[in-house]
Amino acid sequence: MVRPIAFLAGLGFVFVLLFSLVNGAVAYISEPPKPTVEHEFHLHPKEVHFASDGALGKFDLQQLQRGFQVYKEVCSACHSLNQVAFRDLEHIGFTGPEVKAIAKNWAIEVPSINPATGEPATRKATPADKFPSPYANEVAGRAANNNALPPDLSLMTKARHDGPAYVYSLLTGYAAQEGYKNDAGKELLKEFPDAKTSPMLHFNPYFANLNIAMPPPLVADGQVSYADGTPATVDQMAKDVAAFLVWTAEPKLQTRHEVGLWFTLYLLLATALAFMAYRNIWSRVKH
Amino acid sequence: MSFPWANQYAPKNPFMKWMDERLPLPRLVYNAVGAGYPVPRNLNYFWNFGVLAGAALGIQIITGIILAMHYAANGAIAFDSVEHIMRDVNSGWMLRYAHATGASFFFIVVYLHIFRGLYYGSYKAPREMVWLLGLVIYLLMMATGFMGYVLPWGQMSFWGAKVITGLFSAIPVVGTPIQTWLLGGFAPDNAALNRFFSLHYLLPFVIAGVIILHIWALHIPGSSNPTGIEVKGPQDTLPFHPYYTAKDGFGLGVFLILYTLVLFYAPNALGHPDNYIPANPLSTPAHIVPEWYYWPFYAILRAFTSDFILPAKLWGVLAMFSAILLLFILPWLDKSPVRSGNYRPAFKKFFWLLVADVLVLGYCGGSPAEEPYVMISQLAAAYYFAHFLIILPIVSRMERPLPLPNSITEAVLEKHGEATA
Repeated sequence: MVRPIAFLAGLGFVFVLLFSLVNGAVAYISEPPKPTVEHEFHLHPKEVHFASDGALGKFDLQQLQRGFQVYKEVCSACHSLNQVAFRDLEHIGFTGPEVKAIAKNWAIEVPSINPATGEPATRKATPADKFPSPYANEVAGRAANNNALPPDLSLMTKARHDGPAYVYSLLTGYAAQEGYKNDAGKELLKEFPDAKTSPMLHFNPYFANLNIAMPPPLVADGQVSYADGTPATVDQMAKDVAAFLVWTAEPKLQTRHEVGLWFTLYLLLATALAFMAYRNIWSRVKH
Repeated sequence: MSFPWANQYAPKNPFMKWMDERLPLPRLVYNAVGAGYPVPRNLNYFWNFGVLAGAALGIQIITGIILAMHYAANGAIAFDSVEHIMRDVNSGWMLRYAHATGASFFFIVVYLHIFRGLYYGSYKAPREMVWLLGLVIYLLMMATGFMGYVLPWGQMSFWGAKVITGLFSAIPVVGTPIQTWLLGGFAPDNAALNRFFSLHYLLPFVIAGVIILHIWALHIPGSSNPTGIEVKGPQDTLPFHPYYTAKDGFGLGVFLILYTLVLFYAPNALGHPDNYIPANPLSTPAHIVPEWYYWPFYAILRAFTSDFILPAKLWGVLAMFSAILLLFILPWLDKSPVRSGNYRPAFKKFFWLLVADVLVLGYCGGSPAEEPYVMISQLAAAYYFAHFLIILPIVSRMERPLPLPNSITEAVLEKHGEATA
């Protein structure tokens, strides 16, 4: 009984699937899907390398400090970093007193309660605080940015495909839409006249739908002055802040690489011994 | 249970003797996974994966219990509590990556274990119960894995919960009330997160219980083997310990090396970036995809795109559940008296076609629902059902198997170029 029923059920599923397939194929041929502007003009992130890449990758603390400076002087005006505390900066080479000073002088204060009246108030940040958000809440953030909410940056390099390369490409990828051509030589506005970027948005081929609400944040070389003398080109600043965001997303990355090496070496040794034990035990048995 | 020539447990000292007379737990272990369990001498490395699956479950339970000490199952703070584990709990990052990667490795070894069973006919009499209990474990794993993926309360957690519970809404009349009842609300929220956490903690122990039944059922007829012929005498078997404990020990080492490499060097490779964005009911991700181990079934779900008597969505749901449930009747679909694929030339070709088919389905399931992936998954899903429900029963009737060796020992000696003594 089982097999005839199964046979009929099988025929049923196969028939309905082929019915779907034929319907889909007819629709595909009679009305081929039109190419979309995203499909034709969206770019994969640029190739870019960081010290933390690869199995033995380590953080470049100098670069992380420069990236922090870019975050502090540029990004933090709009973007929060709510998973990271000031005290964490000690892990990228700042001393305790330096961290204390950074927290105390941070442009935005931390929400608090007035101890005398119980009224809402703010106070200066301490190393134990997370980086305070530039906006009191989501509504305030949207109100200040044409209804677009600047996302939190703590996990940005893990929350996008090719994270750090994406951040770097996005920051350096703004282009004039007028006359923009892709590698195949097609001109965007000629192919898709309706895809003109609205005046509220900014054309950026590395952004998923090509139009991003964020205005170009890094516009001129020398926008920040690096203390270590590195020339602050737009390219360098973008790379540095991308490296910094690798650290904010995965502060334990270097530890992970180091611990992983010991685990791997230990297991290789243990497995070699296990293999010899196995061969030894089985040496007198044909199998 | 077991064979008459199995080694007998003999307590070695007065304490063990005292214990054996009151609670013969050492005797049980000795007979189950010790020298008292005779195993065919010709098992190949594919027989490692049961032990590896058990090890993977152990890793999941240990890391999971510790993670639960720091995790908070509340929609408002779940996401941040996971980041707290990653940043502030000592070695928390290692525990969490071990647990997330461990889930993937659990499924990898279980899939290899299942396909080994399919190739060598391990589901056939007298081992049907072993196969059925294994499928129960697999279903429990799917449920546990799904609920675990919801716990970090990222975008894929939320939308995955919404899509998967939404499958039940395809059931006519009572579908939507069932979805609401499962979620404890109209959309995934705190009630859903809390019950998923509760069940995610419970089910692994249920799995452990079913594993005991699985092993119990296995030990009645004893392990199968690559020739598929039954054990005939003491010359065909070796005691589990030390022979297979040693072999499994080596296999475990290889497994742990691969697991370690992914855990420490590509821990996010098997996940989805969107799950590092906190859950947001107002923003739907561009592509909602489940974890990779559900991709073949997700492709089957999405392959039904046309209404035919029933709505396409209901067909998809029926087909997806049938794709798993049909494995429960497999022992009665494939009636070939020969177990091992090694001696079944036609079966073997279809088997490898099935392996390729499932990989294609998996690839399509992980891709966006657009052409050509939809058409490819329709063809691949059609083959999947045809393979089990139509081809296998016919092949098992028509096929002329190759001659079988007379015994396991004969097969082994033949391999070494020696005549039977």
